Amino acid sequence: MDKISTENIDLKIKLLEDFNNLEVNLNGESKNNIHKIRQDAIASFEELGFPVKKMEEWKYTNLKPVFKHDFKTVFEPAKTQLKRKDLEKYLVEGLKVNLLVFINGQFNEKLSSIVTRSEKIFIGSFSEGRISFNDVIEKHFSKYADYKNRSLTALNTAFAKDGAFIYLKKGVQVSEPVHILNIADASADSVMIQPRNLIVAEEGSDIKIIEDYYSLGDNHSFTNAVTEIYCAPNARLDRYKIQNDNDKAYHVGTTQVQQEQDSYFSDTTISWGGAITRNDLNAVFNGTNTECHFYGLYLLNGKQHVDNHTLADHKMPHCYSNELYKGIIDDKATGVFNGKIMVREDAQKTNAYQSNGNILLSEDATIYSKPQLEIFADDVKCSHGATTGQLNKEEMFYLRARGIGKDEARILLLNAFAGDVMDSVKIDELREKLREELSKKLIK
Amino acid sequence: MLEIKNLKAKVETDEGGKDILKGLNLEVKAGEVHAIMGPNGSGKSTLASVITGREGYEVQSGEVLFEGNDLLELSPEDRARAGIFLAFQYPVEIPGVSNTNFLKTAINEIRKSRGEEVMSSVDFLKMIKEKAKFVEIEPEMLSRYVNVGFSGGEKKRNEIFQLAMLNPKLSILDETDSGLDIDALRIVANGVNKLRTKDNAFIVITHYQRLLNYIVPDYVHVMFQGKIVKSGGKELALHLEEFGYDKIDEIKEEAAV
Repeated sequence: MDKISTENIDLKIKLLEDFNNLEVNLNGESKNNIHKIRQDAIASFEELGFPVKKMEEWKYTNLKPVFKHDFKTVFEPAKTQLKRKDLEKYLVEGLKVNLLVFINGQFNEKLSSIVTRSEKIFIGSFSEGRISFNDVIEKHFSKYADYKNRSLTALNTAFAKDGAFIYLKKGVQVSEPVHILNIADASADSVMIQPRNLIVAEEGSDIKIIEDYYSLGDNHSFTNAVTEIYCAPNARLDRYKIQNDNDKAYHVGTTQVQQEQDSYFSDTTISWGGAITRNDLNAVFNGTNTECHFYGLYLLNGKQHVDNHTLADHKMPHCYSNELYKGIIDDKATGVFNGKIMVREDAQKTNAYQSNGNILLSEDATIYSKPQLEIFADDVKCSHGATTGQLNKEEMFYLRARGIGKDEARILLLNAFAGDVMDSVKIDELREKLREELSKKLIK
Repeated sequence: MLEIKNLKAKVETDEGGKDILKGLNLEVKAGEVHAIMGPNGSGKSTLASVITGREGYEVQSGEVLFEGNDLLELSPEDRARAGIFLAFQYPVEIPGVSNTNFLKTAINEIRKSRGEEVMSSVDFLKMIKEKAKFVEIEPEMLSRYVNVGFSGGEKKRNEIFQLAMLNPKLSILDETDSGLDIDALRIVANGVNKLRTKDNAFIVITHYQRLLNYIVPDYVHVMFQGKIVKSGGKELALHLEEFGYDKIDEIKEEAAV
């Protein structure tokens, strides 16, 4: 047992104890397949421990500040004071959605509302979903996110109890997007939350999903989320992950996507807030002719830290992936971009592009940008690039010479810089909301 | 309107700066068009930069007064709001910012600074339609990003279009004619001529006399080594055209006498 990591030992002991308590309360569930995966996962976490900076994948992101807090793990539905009208500010104005509300990782049925009713669709919580679609869940749950080698995915898997489950049968096209609203309520205690989402889009289905994160209260919250997405042949899925946490919030999130032949997946990850944020977005192309887009925008100030790790894993020929991440970094904030394109031996005729652009607004702002290209096939088109700079002085002067004030000129140019990421948002109402949020955040 | 008295300025360089303007005097009154001619490196563009407040220039002495107020104290945007306009020699491309959004922001920022109401979208669009005719540009061009993918001629026309939209008191045209073919030159010059009134003024900086066939100046100044060495009427430009800048020493000596 000498492999067991002793880093952050107190929190680790607490979590292992929590797991035992969880098991006691599972009643009849403890014999099923999903629970077997949980047990594997906790063993894996016990061995791997929390990520530390000496690991290559965590070189620039130090989670130590997270672990000094005394987190309460939440298993039971939170007794929330939130009313439907309190949620207004989190919703997208004028947009009809299927709303799933999770407070501290627990599904809140009262605050949620489903508008798309069909036997071919399930939109709800994991625990509800298991009643009618246990076979689907067992087929896909934990089949993509790697809990054997990724300790935080292991931790999430061990504690996976609730989260969103979305299932689209063959050929279903859902016009109303699903909005998965995650609220971390740290008013009473510092909380650790492990949301677990599973989205299964069967052949030829089509849906758009908004997954956003907010936090409340004066204590700290630590969200460790995992979302697994399965796109069957010819399925289309757009996902928007927006993190709008307060400065007491820590967020670690893994999105693992599996794409089959002819499928389309597009993700836009927007980081507005949070103290320390780490997003892992991995897509595996398991069939030919898949198309995948990764867009990202991070706007950081104060001492914020945001780390985006992405992987486009080309396993099959004739696939296309395109990535565009942009960052605006001010004050003493730090951004990390690590984008990897993997083109495996069989992935001939791959088209893979990647670009990362950053604007640093202060002398103390930092960006670590690392595009990685690993190519094992010989007939491919790939490119990657990263740029980092300040606001363009000539452009600033041009605008000011037309009477536009310094602040307004800055906002105009930064909005323009973020424009192509904003344009990736295909839901008009959401894009407007994000544009407004961006402009508001750019005002000093 | 504009009074420049004994202006000395240098451009900031890695070696600590280089003197460019070495005691320049100029007075421009409302209703006048002044042409400033001179060889490359004589300081014409530096003068435009100093008047409009571009970074990287240091005024060592002298005064620049605009309607009696010290211009050098003001930020570039406040100079523009006061009524100064520069048609850039090299207009920058600004990807992501549409021409219309840019102009609307500029007009409203200027209006706000004067305590006026912002312009309604209808009025703004009407104005665009009207002013686009001045420089013969298609309104469709305005939905594109500022100068992105514009030809050299389109960029210069866009500068004059902005001039028409912002209706400044004093306009400085910095080599607006350079690189233009004869048709584009005529369009630009016609635009400017239509905008001339008894209340506004123009400083036309140019290397060539050609533009002055179309925009006829009231005064022509010859600039050399950071100073205006000779001033005269429009015939001076023709004289320069004939003898070339090689003979500038003679002109200067003549002036010194």
